[in-house]
Amino acid sequence: MSSTELASRPAPPSAWHMYRAMVGVGVFCGLLIVSVFQVTRPIIEHNKAEALKKAIFHVLPDASTSGTYRLNDAGGFEILEGEGIGEQLVYAGYDEKQELVGLAVQAQGMGYQDVIGLIYGYSFAEDAIVGVQVLESKETPGLGDKIETDPAFLENFERLDVSLVDDLSEMANPIVPVKHGAKTNPWEVDGITGATISSVAIAEILNRSAQYWTPRIRNHLDDFRREE
Amino acid sequence: MAASTKSSTDEFIKGLWKENPVFVQVLGMCPVLAVSNTAMNALAMGLATAFVLIMSNVVVSSLRSFIPKQVRIATYILIIATFVTVVDYLIQAVSLDLYKALGAFISLIVVNCLILGRAEAFASKNTVARSMMDGLGMGIGFAFALFCLGAVREILGSGSLFGAQLFHDSFQNWVVMILPSGGFFTLAAWLLLFNWLEQRKAKKEKTDALSLTKETA
Repeated sequence: MSSTELASRPAPPSAWHMYRAMVGVGVFCGLLIVSVFQVTRPIIEHNKAEALKKAIFHVLPDASTSGTYRLNDAGGFEILEGEGIGEQLVYAGYDEKQELVGLAVQAQGMGYQDVIGLIYGYSFAEDAIVGVQVLESKETPGLGDKIETDPAFLENFERLDVSLVDDLSEMANPIVPVKHGAKTNPWEVDGITGATISSVAIAEILNRSAQYWTPRIRNHLDDFRREE
Repeated sequence: MAASTKSSTDEFIKGLWKENPVFVQVLGMCPVLAVSNTAMNALAMGLATAFVLIMSNVVVSSLRSFIPKQVRIATYILIIATFVTVVDYLIQAVSLDLYKALGAFISLIVVNCLILGRAEAFASKNTVARSMMDGLGMGIGFAFALFCLGAVREILGSGSLFGAQLFHDSFQNWVVMILPSGGFFTLAAWLLLFNWLEQRKAKKEKTDALSLTKETA
């Protein structure tokens, strides 16, 4: 290598130059993300509230209006004005005659990839879950996401038994996942071949949530009834 | 460092056809195969990728003298990831249904080799204007290719385009086309068409050149 060749090579950059580039770009990127987040947050929250409303009427097909209720410390339910988001909420659905037709409850739990969030409709008249809609899932496309599309799987939730024991203190039978085609009882969830973890996760999320909510709701049904 | 000598219009056009990222360079196959099951998903994914590509090309080329060679890849990834996050929020704000349909693939734009490839091979050596034209061309070329796949798959797989039913009820949907294997079939068909066109063009040029030399002789 000749001396001219060596001289024409650029000197290696100092550590300061590297830090400057990385930290500078990092700060710029951070600011950009934060400002976009701030601008889009109200719009995204509004979209989510709209989607939730649509989901409530999807899982309670007979309902035409809804109300948001919060579980209070005494174990009863109190109505919440405006758009409530947070813990311990249930959504009551009413038909055109203002009669209570059922309750929509949000639940979530761990799936295969990430948290699965869903909403289900509980009909106290039928003692059953009458509809489920997945609100949030990152399950594997083509396999795990069948929990939202597989018609045989969704058939489970047309009437999934969650009846309570006679004194209304707990569920008579837990919701249990079974292998595809092995469903014999109305409280079992027929799984999906190829999406075992995701379909079992749905059954477990429903079971945990129903165990908690159904006795509480049944013991305070009058809290939801609207005055004529 | 060899800067491109073509005019900026050429930079734009090459991405659309001659160096189309999907049909010619066969880059970024993961989203191409996965989210091209409907025309709408394909177009949205293509436009999101195009946006990230254009923005990252512009930022990378404007910072090209500021970023030392040793840390360039890390810095590029940082820039690309930022714009992907921005796109992620924007899509959520535009439509939650679309966001759900695209799912994990929005975040995966970060590792789309097309974007890092253009940053490294083009934007780091060329002016901002040129890089923008390159990003625009490549981005639109990518979106166009995804749309070609998505449209074919949706028409054959669900008998509709952009959700509008095209055929009579008696049309039997080719369910395989909206499944992952349908993506491979459709891509193969498009690649076949592109290569056939290229070969035909090359052959024609060759015979033209031959007849020309014969005439002069």
